[in-house]
Amino acid sequence: MVQALGRVTIGTVRDLGKTGWFLLYSFYMIVRRPGSPVQILKQMRFIGTKSLFVIVLTAAFTGMVLGLQGYYTLAKFGSEGMLGTAVALSLIRELGPVLAALMVTGRAGSAITAEIGIMRISEQIDALETMALDPFKYLVTPKFIAAMISLPLLCAIFDVVGIYGGWLVGVKLLGVNPGAYFYEMEKSVVWRDVYSGVVKSFSFGVIIAWIGCYKGYYAGHGAEGVSRATTESVVLTSVLILVWDYFLTSVLL
Amino acid sequence: MISMRNVHKSFGSQKVLDDLCLDIPEGKITAIIGPSGEGKSVLLKHLIGLLQPDSGQVDVDGESIIGLRRSQLNRIREKFGMLFQNVALFDSMTCFENVAFPLQEKTKLSKDEIRRRVLSALEDVGLKNIESKFPDELSGGMKKRVGLARAVVLNPKIILFDEPTTGLDPIIKRAIHQLIKDTHEKFGFTAVIVSHEIPDIFDVAQNVAMLYRGKILQHGSPSEIKNSNHPAVRQFISGSLDGPIHMI
Repeated sequence: MVQALGRVTIGTVRDLGKTGWFLLYSFYMIVRRPGSPVQILKQMRFIGTKSLFVIVLTAAFTGMVLGLQGYYTLAKFGSEGMLGTAVALSLIRELGPVLAALMVTGRAGSAITAEIGIMRISEQIDALETMALDPFKYLVTPKFIAAMISLPLLCAIFDVVGIYGGWLVGVKLLGVNPGAYFYEMEKSVVWRDVYSGVVKSFSFGVIIAWIGCYKGYYAGHGAEGVSRATTESVVLTSVLILVWDYFLTSVLL
Repeated sequence: MISMRNVHKSFGSQKVLDDLCLDIPEGKITAIIGPSGEGKSVLLKHLIGLLQPDSGQVDVDGESIIGLRRSQLNRIREKFGMLFQNVALFDSMTCFENVAFPLQEKTKLSKDEIRRRVLSALEDVGLKNIESKFPDELSGGMKKRVGLARAVVLNPKIILFDEPTTGLDPIIKRAIHQLIKDTHEKFGFTAVIVSHEIPDIFDVAQNVAMLYRGKILQHGSPSEIKNSNHPAVRQFISGSLDGPIHMI
C-alpha cells in the first residue's frame, strides 16, 4: 500500500517535472531557434485562420444569447440601456478569451497532439534526432509562436462578433436604443479590460501549444497511444485554461 | 570503430540487453541477427544515442556517447545516417523534400546543388520521376529506397539499417541488399544492419553477430557463423523448431 502510494507520488512528480521542463525548453528554443518564418506562418494558418469559422459562429451565438439573457435581466431594473456594457464586458474580460481558447483546443489542440503523436510512433521524431536536428525547432516552437500570436487575434475577432451578436438581438429584435448600446459600452469599457483579455488569450495560447505538443511528444505506443494522448490533451488543456483563468482574473481584476 | 562494453538495458522488469559487448569494425558491413523481439533494434538505437543504457559504455570512434548534452551528442550523430524499420519518411513532405531535408538543414549548398544531389541520390537507388510523390503513394520497396537515399545523401561515415528488407518480396529484398552493397562499395561507410534475412545476409555482411537473450552469442565472419557449433546459432540459421530457442 505504502509502496504503491510512493510509486504513484514519484511518478506524478516526475511527470510534472517533465511537463515543466518541456515548457521551459520550448521557451529557450523560441529564443534560440524559433524555426523558419514559413513554418510559423503555416502553423498560424492552421491554428488561426482555419479556426475562424468556428470562432465567428461561436462568438455570434454567444453574443446573441448574452443579448437575450442580459436584456431580460436588466429590464427588471429598468436598465436596458446598459445592455451594451454587459455584453461587451462579459465578452472582453471573460467569455471571449475563454471560449475562443476552448474552441481552438477542440479544433487545433487535438490536431497538434495527433500530428506529433503520429510522428512519434512512426519514428519520424527519431529520424530528426538521428540527423542531429532538434525536433523542437521543427515541431514545437513554430506551434508555440503561432498559438501565442493567433489566440489574441482570434479573441479580438470573437469579442467584436459577439458584441454585434448582442446588438442584433438587443437592438434589432428587442428594441434597445442603438445609441445607448454603443455609448454605454464606450463609456464603461476601459483599456484595462482589453488588456486583461489580451493577456489571458496570450497565456491560453501558450497552454494550448504546451499541452498539445507535450502530449503528442510523449504519446504512448500505437494508435491507442495517440488516441489516449489526444483525449488527455483536450481534457487537460480545457481544465488548465479554466483554472488558469481564475488565477489570472484574480490578479488582473 | 563503435564499441559497446557491458551494456545493460531493461524496460520495466524486462531485461533486453544484458552485459552486452560488441565491437563494430570501421568501413565494414556488420549484420546483427537474432530472433524477433530479442532487442536488435534496441541495440541499434543505443549506437546513435536514441536510447541510453542503464549501465555500460558505448563509444563511437573512441568517444563515449553516454550522458552527453544534446549539442555534444548531435556532433557525434553527424557521423551517422539511419534507415528505420518503418522507414520514417516525413509523411507531410514529398520524396524530393524528404531527401533534400538533411541537405537544407545541415549544409549551405545552393538550391541547384541540392536539387542535383537529391536527384543523383534517388537515381543511385534506382528511382526516377517520383520526386513529387508523397510517401503514402509509394510501395514498401520504393519507400525503403527513398529512405536509403535520405540516409546516404549527406555521405555519412556510419549508416545503421534497421531491418531494411522486412515485408518485401524476394526480388526487392535482393535488390535492396545489392543496393546496400553497391553504396557501401561506392562510399565506404561503416554499416550496421539488423536483419533476419537468413541466408541472404551472409552475402551482404562481412561480419555477423548473433544476439540472443541480451548477449552476443557469437561474432565472426559469415562463414564462421554459418559453420558455428553453438546450438542456438545453428538452430536460428536452420530455422528449426527444435533447439534451445523457444519462440512459441
